[in-house]
Amino acid sequence: MAKLILSMDGLVLKEIPLVKERTTIGRKPHNDIQIDNLAVSGEHAVIVTIMNDSFLEDLGSTNGTMVNGSSVKKHFLQGNDVIELGKYKLKYIAEAGQPVGASAADFEKTMVLRPSAMKTAAEQARAMAPASATPSAESTNPQPKPAAAEAMRAVAAQQVASAAISAGTASRPEPVATASVPQAAKSAQPLGAIQILSGGNAGKELELIKPLTTLGKPGTQVAVLTRRPHGYYITHVEGAQYPTVNGQSIGSSPHALKDHDVIEIAGVKMEFFLKS
Amino acid sequence: MDLRHVLEIASSTDPGMVRSHNEDAVATDAAHGIAVLADGMGGYNAGEVAAGMATTVITAELARALSDVQPYEIDPKTDRPIAERLLREQVLSANASIYQAAQSQPQYAGMGTTLVTCLFYDNRVMVAHLGDSRLYRLRGEQFEQLTRDHSLLQEQIDSGLLTAEQAKTAQHKNLVTRALGIDLGIEPEIHEHACKPGDIYLLCSDGLCDMVSDEDIGMALQALGANLNLAAQQLIQMANDNGGRDNVSVILVRVLREYPAARGVMAKFLAWLK
Repeated sequence: MAKLILSMDGLVLKEIPLVKERTTIGRKPHNDIQIDNLAVSGEHAVIVTIMNDSFLEDLGSTNGTMVNGSSVKKHFLQGNDVIELGKYKLKYIAEAGQPVGASAADFEKTMVLRPSAMKTAAEQARAMAPASATPSAESTNPQPKPAAAEAMRAVAAQQVASAAISAGTASRPEPVATASVPQAAKSAQPLGAIQILSGGNAGKELELIKPLTTLGKPGTQVAVLTRRPHGYYITHVEGAQYPTVNGQSIGSSPHALKDHDVIEIAGVKMEFFLKS
Repeated sequence: MDLRHVLEIASSTDPGMVRSHNEDAVATDAAHGIAVLADGMGGYNAGEVAAGMATTVITAELARALSDVQPYEIDPKTDRPIAERLLREQVLSANASIYQAAQSQPQYAGMGTTLVTCLFYDNRVMVAHLGDSRLYRLRGEQFEQLTRDHSLLQEQIDSGLLTAEQAKTAQHKNLVTRALGIDLGIEPEIHEHACKPGDIYLLCSDGLCDMVSDEDIGMALQALGANLNLAAQQLIQMANDNGGRDNVSVILVRVLREYPAARGVMAKFLAWLK
């Protein structure tokens, strides 16, 4: 869970976890984070947290809100951002502990969000809170509106869903399947290139940097060289004839390329090799 | 009008590298110019059921409805082509079926699906969508997204809370604001686009566009456009090579030649001779 660290003149005053969807900041006592200082407006700013993302919004405060030294109205908070209100500083610490990638993978699952439903649920929850403090008040309360009840259920269902998802993570042995992994693999993989051996362009070299490179003559014979995390592949695209690798036709399915393979496409021979 | 000689269609769907279930579904009908892709959600196999219902119901019912009316004719009530009404009706009826199934059977409670549906007719394509499944078009060198996601992320981009750059790293890409089967009062977004010979249309689930950049998708289509089946396989492979965290589905439709609707008796007769 993300949190804020409140400090003044380098002295840490408080740590505030961002548990609520809306965390308000201001001088007045009803704020979630109350800063009793005249430089801070009564209702100064709000932080809206959705899943793992938090947004800071200035609520038209007199003295404004600064993030990392520049004045902002709305700001998408990034880890270690420093929010300044007068002499006070709030450091935003993004979710730690659990690797970010794992939770990203968990939340990949498509879910429906009904903003109107969420809002009524939040209001309902707020309305319920004082009501439950005085037990007699609850019984005299009219039935919750069906829409609100439904909204509550939707939110509850989402919570169940995310709980189920996080339970799923716990049992997953290696929660490191992040997008950065394949990219790292890609950069670690040696770069391939081809050198043309016959025809007018003989001797020319072409580095295979792009994820795919097409070779041949459109309409006659075309093949594609694909760069994948574990190596390069050649695949037939169009034409009556299949390309050959070391004199053997590769057919219609992808063929893995090895260092120093000789490819022939549309009558042109070329050598594939790996650069160290 | 039979569009089999006008449209070349390839489709492919894959569970990806992480998921055991495939909750995506695709359906196409080249003769009637229909392509439907759905990305289901909901516990157990409910997502598969919702997506499967959406694709089969819409494909079959649209094809049936097209035998009675001409999609290019103007609907006097709305002043819009009948195709638009057909799409809306079929999407709403699929929505009602999924909603009812979800209400009546406890194991399907809460299921739903995103949807992108194309109907090709009269040198045009009418597209209806809900949620974050997308339609892209490659025309010449230009590759662009034709649909706008109904997602929290898109709303935040629109309201200026996020830039497109920040959106790429945001973690709530999966929250959609519209879907089929969740509610009875849904409204699909419907638009019409003019088609040109040589256009390639790509319908895809978020499993593709979350894992592969638009730039790379466009490059793959340009390079492999001559072989649609291979292009479809390549797109799925690229998503899986990048992690394949979600189900991946694609439908590719290439417009081979012009296909104006056969208006008038003589034109209809000539069309019939073809």
